[in-house]
Amino acid sequence: MQLHNLTIREAHELLTTKKISSVELTQAMLDRIHDVDKKVKSYVTVTDDLALEQAKQADERIAKGENVTPLTGIPFSMKDCISTRGVRTTCSSKILENYIPQYNATVTNKLADSGAVLVGKTNMDEFGMGSSCENSALFPTHNPWNLDHVPGGSSGGAAASMSASLCTFSIGEDTGGSVRMPAGFCNVTGIKPTYGRVSRYGLIALASSFDCIGPMARDAYDCATVLEHIAGHDPHDSTTYNSPVPNYTTNINKPVKGMKLGIPKEYFVAGMEAGVESAMQEAIRTYEKLGMEIHEVSLPHTKYGLPVYYLLLFAEASANLARMDGTRFGLSVSDGAKDVIDIYLKTRHAGFGDEVKRRIMLGAYALSAGYYDAYYLKAQKVRTLLRRDFETAFSKVDILLAPTCPTTAFKLGEKTSDPLEMYLSDIYVVSTNPAGVPALALPAGFSNNMPVGMQLIGKHLDEATLFQVAHAYQQVTDWHKQLPQL
Amino acid sequence: MKLTYEPVIGLEIHGELLTNSKMFCSCSADYGSAPEPNTNICPTCTGLPGAMPVVNKKATELAALVGLALNCSINKHNTFARKNYYYPDLPKGYQISQYELPIAEKGLLEVNDGSDNQLNVRVRRVHIEEDTAKLAHEKNYALVDFNRAGVPLLEIVSEPDIRTVEAALDYATKVRTILRYLGVNSGDMEKGVLRFEANISVRPVGSDEFRTRTEIKNLNSFRALVRASQYEIERQIKIYEEGGTVVQETLGWDDVRGVTTSQRSKEEAHDYRYFPEPDLPPLQLSDSWIAEIKSRLPELPEAKTSRFISDFGLTLSEARFLTSERTLANYFESVVSKSKSPAKTIHSWIAGEFMRYLNDSGLSIDDVTLAPETLAKLIDMVTDKTIGASAGKTVLTELFKNGGDPAQIVKEKNLLQMTDVNAIQEIVMKILNDNPKEVDDYNAGKETLFQWFMGQVARATKGKADPNVTKELMVKGLEERKK
Repeated sequence: MQLHNLTIREAHELLTTKKISSVELTQAMLDRIHDVDKKVKSYVTVTDDLALEQAKQADERIAKGENVTPLTGIPFSMKDCISTRGVRTTCSSKILENYIPQYNATVTNKLADSGAVLVGKTNMDEFGMGSSCENSALFPTHNPWNLDHVPGGSSGGAAASMSASLCTFSIGEDTGGSVRMPAGFCNVTGIKPTYGRVSRYGLIALASSFDCIGPMARDAYDCATVLEHIAGHDPHDSTTYNSPVPNYTTNINKPVKGMKLGIPKEYFVAGMEAGVESAMQEAIRTYEKLGMEIHEVSLPHTKYGLPVYYLLLFAEASANLARMDGTRFGLSVSDGAKDVIDIYLKTRHAGFGDEVKRRIMLGAYALSAGYYDAYYLKAQKVRTLLRRDFETAFSKVDILLAPTCPTTAFKLGEKTSDPLEMYLSDIYVVSTNPAGVPALALPAGFSNNMPVGMQLIGKHLDEATLFQVAHAYQQVTDWHKQLPQL
Repeated sequence: MKLTYEPVIGLEIHGELLTNSKMFCSCSADYGSAPEPNTNICPTCTGLPGAMPVVNKKATELAALVGLALNCSINKHNTFARKNYYYPDLPKGYQISQYELPIAEKGLLEVNDGSDNQLNVRVRRVHIEEDTAKLAHEKNYALVDFNRAGVPLLEIVSEPDIRTVEAALDYATKVRTILRYLGVNSGDMEKGVLRFEANISVRPVGSDEFRTRTEIKNLNSFRALVRASQYEIERQIKIYEEGGTVVQETLGWDDVRGVTTSQRSKEEAHDYRYFPEPDLPPLQLSDSWIAEIKSRLPELPEAKTSRFISDFGLTLSEARFLTSERTLANYFESVVSKSKSPAKTIHSWIAGEFMRYLNDSGLSIDDVTLAPETLAKLIDMVTDKTIGASAGKTVLTELFKNGGDPAQIVKEKNLLQMTDVNAIQEIVMKILNDNPKEVDDYNAGKETLFQWFMGQVARATKGKADPNVTKELMVKGLEERKK
C-alpha cells in the first residue's frame, strides 16, 4: 500500500478504522514531497510544521470520534493565490514573495474546519496569468508525465502536485480554464464550479467576475466530496449563491442511460491534435455504450469567447492588482524614490513580470475614456451572448463534452515567446467562465504518451450531473488511475 | 457697452453617513473616537489581497432616505462601480462608488436666490461611495490612518441651475439642514463630515450657453463656499473682460490668501476608468422596501416652516429660524403644547434669551437639558405677570445653570412682580424728587432721559415693578412737574 496514491475515500477508510494515522499519512506525503518535488517543483511553500500539527489534531478528532468528516486527516495542497493566515501567499509573484496574510480565505477556514491537512502551497503562473506555469516569477513547474513539458496553467503546481501524488487532493482556481487545462495536461480530475458556488473571500483576485476556486483529485467522486466541503454561501462574498449545497455523492452512481450528451460542433474543428480528437471520439463512444443520447449542438459565439474573456480579464485585473503598491504589504522599493508615485513605479516595475505588466496596460487601455464603449462594454454584451449560447444548448441537452485543450502538454519554452499562441491554448476552456457555468475536466486517454483531457460542461449550479456523468465514465475506464513514473 | 455677467453654478456635496459600521466591512465607522490610528481596520478597508466588500444595509437605507427627501426617484436597480486612481489614502487603488446607476436621481430642491425669489435647483444624482484614509504629512514622509477608510459617504450632485452665490449658499444650507433632519449626517463642518465642491462658469446675462467651467474642490465651510465662489466668479469675469479664455481645471481654495489655486488642468485630469464593481451584485430595491423607507421620512424643513406659519401665526423668518434645526423645532412645539402663552411669545423667548444663553455658553440645542414644560411654566409666569420680564431672564439663567422649579426660584429670589400701584407710585415719586436736574432736562425736551428714569425704577425694585404700571405713573409724574 502506497499512502501517497490513495483516494480520499480509501484514506478516510484507513484513518477511521485506525489502520493508519493522519500523522503517518501526512509524514509520508511530506517525505515524498521533499524527495520527488525536487524534480517536479510544484510547491512554492511546504508547510511541514503546520501540516503535522493539523494531522495531530485530526488524529485526536478521529480518536474521539468527534466531528469527523470525509476530509479529516487528509493531506491537501492549495494554489498559492488563496490566503492562509501565517503562511506566505505569493501568487508566484516577486511582489508578494514575502507576503504573509493576516487572515484566512473562507475556503482555507472551511477546509481547516473539516479537518483537512494543508501540506503546502502550489506554484502558478504569476497572479494566474498564463497557461503553462512558466509565468511563475519564482520557478517553472514540470509535468510529472514528462519533465520537459509544462503542466499547464495557471494552476500548474496544483495539477502537478496531484498528478505526482504529492497530495491526496488539491485546491486550484479557475479564471479561464486554470483548473481544467492543467488537469487535462497532468491526467487528474478537476472541477470549475458554477461562478458564485464557492466563496472568493481571501482568494487574491485575478478577474473577479470569472474567478472560481475548485478542487482537483484522483477522480470525480473525490472532487464531489471536496466541493461539498468548500461550497456554499459566504456573508463575506456577496457574489456567492444562497442556495444550499447538495450532497453531490448521493446520486453519483445513478446510471446515465437516456441522458443527452451534447457535442458542440464549434469545439471540433481543424487544429486539434489527432490524438486528442481520437480520444474525444472514443469518449463519446463510451458514453454511447453507457446509453447516453449523443446530439450535436451549436455554441455559435464560441469564436468570440477568447477575445471577450481576455479583454474583460485584462480590465478587471488592471484594477485588482492596483493594491500591490508597496505601501502596506509585499515588496516595497523606495531606494532613490522622489515621492510616493516613484515608490509605486519602482515597486511595480521590480515586482511584476512581463505578462502581468502587459495585461495591466491592456486592461487600463480598454477602460480608458473614449475606448470603454468599444472594448469593455462591447465585450460585456458579447458575454451575454456567450451565456445565451449555453442556455440554448442546455434547453436541448443535459451536458456538453469537449476537449480541455487542442493539444497535449507542450514543451517548456515552446510558446513563451508568443503570448497570443499561449492564449490560444485556452480556447476550449475560457468560454465557460464568462458564462459562469460549471465544467469538470477528467482524463480521457493519451496521445504521444502525454495525457489527454476532456471536459464536461453543465448547467448553472448543476455540478451534481457533472459528477454523475464523470463518475459513470470513470467506472468503465481507468485513464484516471494511470500514474506517471517518477 | 460693458457686458454684465451671471455665474452658472453647480454644487457637489459630500457627506458622511452616520452608520455604526463602515460602507463595505463591519469595522466601526466612528473614526473620531478611535483611541489611536489604525485601530478600526480589517483586511477589507485596508485593501489586503483577496479581501472583498459587502454593502452596508443601513447606509443604503440612509442614502435612499436622502434621495426621497430631495424629491429624487430611487433606482430600483442600482450598481456600484470602481473609480480607479492611485493615492496612498486609497488602499485598493480604486474607490468603490456608484457611476452609471446611482441609488437616486432627478430630484428637486427649492432655494432662495438672495433677492427673495424662489428657484428650483435640480438634483442630478445622489450616490453612495466610501471615504478615503487620512494622511498626516511629515517632512519627508506621510503617515496613513485607515480608521476613516471605507466610512460611508454620500455625494449629492446638483445640476448647474444656480445663478447667484446667495442661492448656492441657500442650497448648501438647505441640504445640510435636511441631512441633519434625517439624522444621516451631523452637519459638523469643522469635523469635515460635510464638504462642498463648486463647479463655476460665467456668461453674459441673457445668454443660455454653458461656458468652460472650473471646479473648486474641498470647500469645508459655508464661508469658504461663498468666498471661493465670489472670487472665482470675479476671476472669470475679469478674464473675459480682458479678452482671454477660461481654462477648464480643478482648483483649490486658499482660505488664508483668499484665492483659488490651480491643482490640475484638463490635460492632467484623471481618467478614472470607471467600470462596474464585479465584487458586488447590483442592489435590487423592491417597491415595498422603498415604501418602508419613505414612511420613515420626517416632516422636512419646508413643510414644517409652512405649518408653523399657518398654525402659530409666525412670520416666515420666525418660522425659518425655529425649523433650522429639527431638535429646535421639536423643542419649540413641545413648549407651545405645555404653555398657555401665545406661540409668538414662546418664539420670542426661544429666539431671544434662550438662544443668547446657548450662544454665550457655546452650547447647541442638542445639549439643552431644560425640560420644555419648565420653560413653559416660566414663560407663563411672565405672561400672567406673576413676574416681570427681567425677572424671567434671571430665572431662566438660574434654570440653565442649576435647574429647579421656576416658582421656587421666584420665591427664593423674591422676584414676584410688584403690581401694587401705590408701592410703585411711592418709588416713582422718590426718584423724581431725588433727581430734579434730570426732571428739568427731560421737561426741557431731552426725552431720551425717559428710559433712564425707567431704569432707576428697575434698579430700585430689582426689576420687579410691572413695567406698564411704572411707565404710566412715570409719564404722569413727569407731566405734573412740567411748568
